Amino acid sequence: MPLLAIVALGAGTYLFRLAGPVFRRRMRIPDRLRQLLSDAAAVLLVALVATAALTAGHGFAGWARPAGVLVGGVLAIRRMPFPVVVLAAAATTAIIRFAGVP
Amino acid sequence: MRSFWRTLDRGTLRDIALVCVADAIVGASFGAITVSGGLHPWVPITMSVLVFAGGAQFAAAAVVLAGGSPAAAVLTGLVLNSRLLPYGFAIADVVDGRRWTRLLGAQLITDESLAFTLRHQDRQRRRAAFWTCGLALFLCWNAAVVLGALAGTFLGNASAFGLDAAFPTVLLALVLPSLAERGTRNAALLGAVIAVAATPLLPAGLPVLLALAGLVLAGRPPRKPATQVAQASPVQEVR
Repeated sequence: MPLLAIVALGAGTYLFRLAGPVFRRRMRIPDRLRQLLSDAAAVLLVALVATAALTAGHGFAGWARPAGVLVGGVLAIRRMPFPVVVLAAAATTAIIRFAGVP
Repeated sequence: MRSFWRTLDRGTLRDIALVCVADAIVGASFGAITVSGGLHPWVPITMSVLVFAGGAQFAAAAVVLAGGSPAAAVLTGLVLNSRLLPYGFAIADVVDGRRWTRLLGAQLITDESLAFTLRHQDRQRRRAAFWTCGLALFLCWNAAVVLGALAGTFLGNASAFGLDAAFPTVLLALVLPSLAERGTRNAALLGAVIAVAATPLLPAGLPVLLALAGLVLAGRPPRKPATQVAQASPVQEVR
């Protein structure tokens, strides 16, 4: 990831943050927009989860990775601590791979 | 400012400390996973200081590691961070004052600092909560990312350890709380189907952005009571 991309992401993010403190006396954010922005964030994250779990390049990632993510997801729904969730996912995938399933 | 540190009760300080610990764990995993995935250690470290938003950092890195273009990574991160826009309006009063407090305070706006600020009504306490949480998190998060990145250089073969599964799992854990509402959940599921279906056809990084079409489903009239809208915590980021 080139430095320019990191700077662009950082600068754009900073402008989102700074707008409120600078403009709050002159305008306010409608509730509809507020809801839309938080929905957009959720949609993007879930799409990332799905593609990162299921695909590699333009094809299927194999069974080991989605199986690990599934185990992690179940533990997360059951409110297990974050390190447990992540380590369980990685361990599941590693074990399935070690057993010879890609 | 005299009794700045005494304005916060012990309970709030303890909660801020707990959030810092939790976020440090996420930060360390960010550093370790990205570096063992093949990024140079300065990438997660610079990103953490400049972007300082866990979800967007993980997302942008995931796009790049999947072979997506830097432009797609930046766009994905920016859409995620656009939710910070209303946060700035919600807490503008606590960074008011001198110019530099505004410029510095803005960078400290996160899901967590917003949550701690909104807990209090009194202006003095709001200020104390925001600055304490914001500064503590900034230090913990960046220190943890540096340590994680250093650890990542020793990890070596990421896929043998199943670390490629850690990425989507972290994002899933981050987004789960925001899926409680049905409209959001349906939109997100539709978006995910679109993204996966488009993956064989489009260059990496674009399918995820295409998922935003799922928002059409979420374009429903707001029928929730106003109080619920106000506390609709967006991506509850464990930054």
